[in-house]
Amino acid sequence: MTATSSRTDLGMPGHGLEGVPTLPEDATPQTRKDFTSDQEVRWCPGCGDYAILAAVQGFLPELGLRRENVVFVSGIGCSSRFPYYLDTYGMHSIHGRAPAIATGLATSRPDLSVFVVTGDGDALSIGGNHLIHAMRRNVNLTILLFNNQIYGLTKGQYSPTSQVGLITKSTPMGSVDHPFNPVSLALGADATFVARTMDSDRKHLTEVLRAATAHRGTSLVEIYQNCPIFNDGVFDVLKDRSEGEARILHLAHGEEVAAGVNVVVRRDDGTLDVLPRDEADPARIVRHDAHADDPSLAFALSRLDDPTLAHVPMGIFRDVERSTYDDLVRAQIDGTISGAGGPATDQDIADLLAGRDSWMVGTAGKA
Amino acid sequence: MPTPTSTTSSTSRPDTVKLDRVVIRFAGDSGDGMQLTGDRFTTESAVLGNDLSTLPNFPAEIRAPQGTLPGVSSFQLHFADHDVLTPGDEPDVLVAMNPAALKANLADVPRGATIIANTDEFSKRNLAKVGYPTNPLEDGTLESYHVHAVALTSITVEALAPFDLTRKDKERSTNMFALGLLSWLYTRPISLTERFLTTKFGSKPELLAANLAALRAGFNYGETTEDFAHRYEVGPAPMKEGHYRNITGNVALAYGLVTASHRAGRPLVLGSYPITPASDILHTLAGLKRFGVTTIQAEDEIAGVGAALGAAFGGAIGVTTTSGPGLALKAETIGLATSLELPLVVCDIQRGGPSTGLPTKTEQADLLQAMFGRNGESPVAIVAPRSPADCFAIAMEAVRIATTYMTPVLILSDGYLANGSEPWQIPDTEDLPEFDVRLATERNGIDADGNDVFHPYLRDPETLARPWAVPGTPGLEHRVGGIEKANITGNISYDPDNHDLMTRLRAAKIDGIAATVAPLEVDDPDGDAEVLVLGWGSTYGPIAAAARSLRAQGFPVAQAHLRHLNPFPSNTGEVLTAYRHVIVPEMNLGQLSMLLRATFLVDIQSHTSVRGLPFSAADLEDVIQKAVTE
Repeated sequence: MTATSSRTDLGMPGHGLEGVPTLPEDATPQTRKDFTSDQEVRWCPGCGDYAILAAVQGFLPELGLRRENVVFVSGIGCSSRFPYYLDTYGMHSIHGRAPAIATGLATSRPDLSVFVVTGDGDALSIGGNHLIHAMRRNVNLTILLFNNQIYGLTKGQYSPTSQVGLITKSTPMGSVDHPFNPVSLALGADATFVARTMDSDRKHLTEVLRAATAHRGTSLVEIYQNCPIFNDGVFDVLKDRSEGEARILHLAHGEEVAAGVNVVVRRDDGTLDVLPRDEADPARIVRHDAHADDPSLAFALSRLDDPTLAHVPMGIFRDVERSTYDDLVRAQIDGTISGAGGPATDQDIADLLAGRDSWMVGTAGKA
Repeated sequence: MPTPTSTTSSTSRPDTVKLDRVVIRFAGDSGDGMQLTGDRFTTESAVLGNDLSTLPNFPAEIRAPQGTLPGVSSFQLHFADHDVLTPGDEPDVLVAMNPAALKANLADVPRGATIIANTDEFSKRNLAKVGYPTNPLEDGTLESYHVHAVALTSITVEALAPFDLTRKDKERSTNMFALGLLSWLYTRPISLTERFLTTKFGSKPELLAANLAALRAGFNYGETTEDFAHRYEVGPAPMKEGHYRNITGNVALAYGLVTASHRAGRPLVLGSYPITPASDILHTLAGLKRFGVTTIQAEDEIAGVGAALGAAFGGAIGVTTTSGPGLALKAETIGLATSLELPLVVCDIQRGGPSTGLPTKTEQADLLQAMFGRNGESPVAIVAPRSPADCFAIAMEAVRIATTYMTPVLILSDGYLANGSEPWQIPDTEDLPEFDVRLATERNGIDADGNDVFHPYLRDPETLARPWAVPGTPGLEHRVGGIEKANITGNISYDPDNHDLMTRLRAAKIDGIAATVAPLEVDDPDGDAEVLVLGWGSTYGPIAAAARSLRAQGFPVAQAHLRHLNPFPSNTGEVLTAYRHVIVPEMNLGQLSMLLRATFLVDIQSHTSVRGLPFSAADLEDVIQKAVTE
């Protein structure tokens, strides 16, 4: 292969769905029903997964994609049953490995819109390695991470996002494990799109999904999700209208980061603080910049989380453009093929097999 | 030992001795370039028309402490004017670049053999490093060998005096000097190596000139020195008319995969994590983008096979490459592929185990891991190449089975095949098997309401394979998963009878592959043998060499070699029971023997060795002869 074809500058990545076939303009608009499979949904009554499924089924038609070009890949856990309920292509794989499987699929099939559905145990414990590497590479995937801070399918052990002190079957005296903050982890792994939303806020969830699918590269969407059986009510303070207003710091690009009477301000040392607006120096009030190349602000915002959920940033922490792994891989291959004058022929195979040091036996001369 | 067939020859120089075969071992420090030297000498011999077989042997450490025994790297080449089956048991010539190389290899060198030693490295300090109290080149240790003590390094440095290079850089060309000298000694042309160096050092003219000068200086040193009484000549081997090249197992495997992908019209996607001795397949395939090959160097072994399986779901030929420890990590994903019934090719280039084991040494001890190393009843097809060049055909066979039967296929190669090489008659592309790989495009069922539906687990009645319906195909949207599925519909099913049925169907599908596998052939020239030697994988060469030698001595021996380990060829049981005595040599503790006994209820004499090295033909000869004469 020539050296010149080994690198191709793609410039800025396009829309997340570029290259995925859409329905003709005059086609009958799709509805939620088009994306609903014939399988009975089997989550526990009251599970937050129902709301997320409804939001996704309600949102997919607006993309205008052909159903056959949408693939959901999941791992293992309650949330990972998700693909069975969508009438698209889907794979319910093995614990933690969905990002790796989706990487192979997305890299070899630019005509597919690939979603990964995972949970806090699946993505952050057994599959932590695959998650960080998918984000580092920036494979064109939308990862929906359902975070209920508990292992549900195995009946209630603490997870890598459970709060310290949580009493579960495997931690009768309270968990001593320090939890991951999935947003901080994603930003640390150089994710190009990181957002947080909540199962019960369908409008916000849909807005985040819209932005996540438009983003080309790995979009990590953390979705706070209630497990009514093993960790019920863990996000209740955020769901209560007045409590939620006071606690949820809305992240909107270019807007002040605020919740109720509170605003986020920058201290002298550069770290962030949450103060009542009337105590804040207006010049220090933080305006969100989701498109900053430098992830420092996004990271600092993610560190405002605290175990009591006193203030929780919600929305898009980061949304920046960076070439995607799969686009770059395909560009090297496509560039090499077009540079060689088109797809390989039988003669090209014959030349490959012969190599440069071949010889003839029984006929004169070297090949 | 080589047999001189004439002391002089009218067609060559008067001092040229004709030999029918020679085994040379180049040995030196890991940094001395012995692998490259051996590789170049091999190419020179191949182009001369010799048949040959090679055995590289190197430590796992990239640069172990200089001059020590653990740092010794060697390359053995057996070349002959006739059909060659092994890299040779004992070297006729040992090139020892330092005392460590001499000490590490001397036990393998028979008395009367030739030793060429680089005296520059036989300093007090270097001798002490390997525990030689006195210099073996001078103290009589080697008096029963033909020793040529040559100051290879200092002559090289002297020859490179005109070049503006550091002494260290000049010393680095010593291997080219040695190659030049050996090329002279065995009347090999150096023009190919000159061409190779020109490509390799094209952008560094000073280094190119120095290496060429060292190579020619070595050749000319042979001409002018009086140290060597004879030159030797090994004539071309009679080979079938055709187009040949030399090839290692790993390159042949990579080329087989690419060729199969081309014939099948499906893109090749490799997901892999670097591991010795499999990495060269990744390197080779990474350079074949021209053939539409995608290589994903994954974050770990599990992600490597995961990416391959994801690509297979999308309609690609998904491949992963690894060695034993990596196969252990991939087990769960291979189990998923078994349940999803998707094509997947898993290449296990076996090395010494357990655990990290002997990363650069060969072994065949992953057979039972390949057969049973997953949870539940999860049968997979298993094939094994018998020689470096056979890796090409076996890779194509693996892709054929994977795509025809919608199943994972494990290829069990090993370190010996991976790095060893032999001449290969390059197949004509039109003679290669066609691949009829069909993707599903139509719905194949009707639901209770009379609507057309797609049944992802409706099987082909002949192969029991399910349809390969890839995303992007309208109307065939479906979900697959690792939970047990209802036969035909593929919906989640916990029904006891269905699980029993699906478990038996998955097993029957793999067993059914035997219908498209050639019967096990027995090589028994006179048809009167009572002893059968049955092998698999890389033991083919030593077994065939031992059998040939015994037959020449009048002992009847039958030989058969399994390339399909699961399922076995359908006549395997008949073959086994047709002989009074069956010997199965393996580089493990009897894994194939265990499978054969369990499957066919036959008595087997298991002969095993796990030394990280291939069997010696002579050892096998003894074992077989005992059985024949008993």
